[in-house]
Amino acid sequence: MEKQLKVSAIKDGTVLDHIPANQLFRVIDILGLNNSCNQITFGTNLESKLLGKKAIIKISDKYFEDADINRIALIAPQAKINIIHDFEVVEKRVISIPAKIKGIAKCMNPACITNHQPVETLFYTKTEGENFKLKCHYCEKVTEKTNLKIISNS
Amino acid sequence: MPKHLISIHDFSKEEILKTLQKAAEFEENYRQPLFTDKVIATIFFEPSTRTRLSFETASNRLGARVIGFSDSDNTSVKKGETLKDTIKMVSNYADLIIMRHPLEGSARYASEISDVPVINAGDGSNQHPTQTLLDLYSILKTQGTLENLNISVVGDLKYGRTVHSLIYAMSHFNPTFNFISPEELRLTDEYRDFMYDNNIKFTENQLLKENIENADIVYMTRVQRERFTDALEYEKVKNCYSLDISMLANCKENMKILHPLPRVNEIAQNVDNSKHAYYFEQAENGVYARMAIISNLLTAQ
Repeated sequence: MEKQLKVSAIKDGTVLDHIPANQLFRVIDILGLNNSCNQITFGTNLESKLLGKKAIIKISDKYFEDADINRIALIAPQAKINIIHDFEVVEKRVISIPAKIKGIAKCMNPACITNHQPVETLFYTKTEGENFKLKCHYCEKVTEKTNLKIISNS
Repeated sequence: MPKHLISIHDFSKEEILKTLQKAAEFEENYRQPLFTDKVIATIFFEPSTRTRLSFETASNRLGARVIGFSDSDNTSVKKGETLKDTIKMVSNYADLIIMRHPLEGSARYASEISDVPVINAGDGSNQHPTQTLLDLYSILKTQGTLENLNISVVGDLKYGRTVHSLIYAMSHFNPTFNFISPEELRLTDEYRDFMYDNNIKFTENQLLKENIENADIVYMTRVQRERFTDALEYEKVKNCYSLDISMLANCKENMKILHPLPRVNEIAQNVDNSKHAYYFEQAENGVYARMAIISNLLTAQ
């Protein structure tokens, strides 16, 4: 039987694979893809041995800076990034949690200045194995992974 | 880039000691009008007695002119002006900004906007670094050293920012802490973990009377009614954390009682005349510590 891709191949661009299915739209949001003019195809709730249900995004003619791609580390740490040229994978990139995170996350401290005035959030990450904590640059309070809220770009 | 004073975490051990040394020099001779050409802004978005007055005293002793407000009610903040705009404007007027603001992290944010140095005079329950430095100065002055001291900390250990900053600042000097508080106001894990990680010796107790005999310093804080979820619980414990002259019979000769003030009933009036009472001198020390800080920042410019 002929093997068929659920989301059709792209000639040139970036493929983001192994995104947890329930994080697909957040990833789209964080990477600002909802404002992109590139051709984008995506699929979600696809079967995955690793994640159970996964999502995949293929973006034609778009290549990300490491700093941009690492922005999704908070919600899709296991995502795989493949760079495609002429239908071939020419490069695989891994995601790592950046030492600093600007924007994206919300500080969980209700009395923090970032929750009251137009101040972009900034956190220092502290990784402990699979887990991570975010320490607010402003109020110095720690936001745990379980309390993480993502700020929407739209 | 100007340097600022935002958080005690920005201070190394050497910087702390250097600042305290400078404070001692100002105490020796406080008539030093070094900055007669400078304007200092004290902007207080939240009321304060000691902090504002001692900052303004320190500024005046240094010869600087002081502008500012002590309440945001009569300012454009009421009209919806953002902190960013207020700071931008004030930093065009003054050579140094001293700010108190109810929101946590506001001082760090202000320092990123301002073109002139910013001193944090309290950002909500986060940081109040000049209080910490004057606490350390008081400890150094009364004990002759900061090293290897026994420090009993009493009262609200959960919310008291002076307590939290004291733990961080003293961690450079091998202290032994004895924390005394009602169960509901115990130190949070964050600070306990910090002490484990840094090999700082500490014990935790609920009884005040039995736990001050070994102390070199007894650091009192206010137990506030509004911190209790259960009003009955407050009534039960409120008097257990009041220091009375009768409790001081067996304490060490060199022991001094500190309190960031205002005091309500956690230290009985009959303690005031004891040789162990040091809280009013501590408040006076605030002027010298703040002169040191202001002069450091204005000189660095």
